[in-house]
Amino acid sequence: MQIFDIFLLEAVLNGILFGGVLALLALGLNLIFGVIDVVWICYAELMMLGMYCVFFLHKVHGLPLVAAFGAAVVLVAFLGVLLHVLVIRPVLNSEPINQLLVTGGVLTFLQAAATLAFGIDFRNLGVSMPSLAVGEISLPWSRISAALTALVAMTALYVFLKKTYLGTAIRAISQDRAIMPLMGVSPSRIYLLTSAIGGALAGLGACLLVLQYDVHPAIGLTFGPLTFMVCVLGGLGNMLGGFIAAFIFAQLIAVGGFYFHLEWGYVMAFGFFIIMMFARPQGILGAK
Amino acid sequence: MLELSRVSAGYGSFQALFDVSLEVRAGEAVAVIGPNGAGKTTLLRAISKLIEVSAGEIRMEGRSLGDVPAHRIIDLGLSQVPEHRRLFPRLTVEENLRMGAYTAAARPKFAQRLEMVYALFPRMKERRHQMAGTMSGGEQQMCAIGRALMSGPKLLLLDEPSAGLAPVIVQSIFDLVRKIREEGYTVMIVEQNVRQVLKVVDRAYLLEVGRIKLAGSAAELLASAEIQKAYVGL
Ligand SMILES: Nc1ncnc2c1ncn2[C@@H]1O[C@H](COP(=O)(O)OP(=O)(O)OP(=O)(O)O)[C@@H](O)[C@H]1O
Ligand SMILES: [Mg+2]
Repeated sequence: MQIFDIFLLEAVLNGILFGGVLALLALGLNLIFGVIDVVWICYAELMMLGMYCVFFLHKVHGLPLVAAFGAAVVLVAFLGVLLHVLVIRPVLNSEPINQLLVTGGVLTFLQAAATLAFGIDFRNLGVSMPSLAVGEISLPWSRISAALTALVAMTALYVFLKKTYLGTAIRAISQDRAIMPLMGVSPSRIYLLTSAIGGALAGLGACLLVLQYDVHPAIGLTFGPLTFMVCVLGGLGNMLGGFIAAFIFAQLIAVGGFYFHLEWGYVMAFGFFIIMMFARPQGILGAK
Repeated sequence: MLELSRVSAGYGSFQALFDVSLEVRAGEAVAVIGPNGAGKTTLLRAISKLIEVSAGEIRMEGRSLGDVPAHRIIDLGLSQVPEHRRLFPRLTVEENLRMGAYTAAARPKFAQRLEMVYALFPRMKERRHQMAGTMSGGEQQMCAIGRALMSGPKLLLLDEPSAGLAPVIVQSIFDLVRKIREEGYTVMIVEQNVRQVLKVVDRAYLLEVGRIKLAGSAAELLASAEIQKAYVGL
């Protein structure tokens, strides 16, 4: 084998692009956990609904793709708020195990409901984007635009959290919820806003995924565990850690898949995850 | 300005305040003193509506707080520096001050009040990009007071600002309280540092096991046998 393999470079670039998308998926889950201290186990199922939303609006009802994307983001943001009000709020002060169980219940419910409503068919959006060819390397535009969108969304969220009053309050509430009213902040409103943002990020994730993957009721089982592991690897609730972990994970999957077989890429990534859980259980950037 | 009439409050079935009546007039500094567990913090929590009162009424400038939600209390000009400071440890000093100016009324005045707080505490200006949790206790107390001033309150509530600080720092905190009074703020201060606090306030109340035991001018309380014996330790 040559020392410099052009196809290895292509795999690395693909890994970077996939890392961008994974980082976005992890961002919403991390935000919710970091602020509300609850894990949305059903996060990927919200994405699944967003993917169906894009599919039906665009493919079936002929809405422009951008409009379908916008609708999916709004829909899933609304679902995030609904999830918070109906499911999370009643268990906010319960044991973590109870919180996991209820959101796990929502996962099963959404999967079953999607199966009933949409059947088990794999549905393809059928948007074919050309590839960017540089020399012998070819990168699909769907991946490039997904990664770029993820980057823009993450930057926007960062600026929002850093520069605005609401963003500062979102960061503050995770540090001391009890005194927030003394600042003139209503904690329940901040939680609603955070749930809406977490939902919107899941909705945006859905838009990026549906460009590249078929949607079916169990798609959440592909991306849910992956997203969750990226968050844990980075330090649950730590957004920067999740960002770094996403690129490590994606690189292992892409390059591992290149040398052996795609499935082996996942085996390597999960193996790395298990080793890291022994070496650094709090995550790459996690405290404690 | 602030009036409590026969206020009772507690936690669940546990009652911590019994029939507490007191008053803070505009321009005054008033202290509430009393031993550990007397209910001093509970009193301030009730005023800020962090807990509900079970009986009695609290009025700010004549307006009953009964139907005001907790996060709207600050709009009435009431700002509290809570017990143990409670800064947001992983926000910078300036971000903590920003949280103090969160309300719609305070936001347009953020820059102006920030200068005011930095003038009062030059140290905070030096430390403005430091994480609040990494500062010394005295610095954190300054930041907590600054944060409470950012909303431009009429009445500042302070819960044991000198607790847990070295004697030199305690002195500077009381100097500060005096300075804040001179700036024209009305102050209500909870303290266990009885001798020191009675030097900076006009009047004081003695709270014991949830009840007001004594009330009077600072000089009267300082001279009273009860205070001398139990709190000043002479
Ligand atoms: N969150 C709470 N839940 C239940 N009981 C509480 C709570 N906070 C305080 N108490 C009880 O209420 C009583 C009054 O407490 P409080 O904190 O108001 O006293 P304090 O005068 O501020 O004391 P210290 O000087 O030690 O701060 C105490 O008996 C305390 O145990
Ligand atoms: Mg106290």
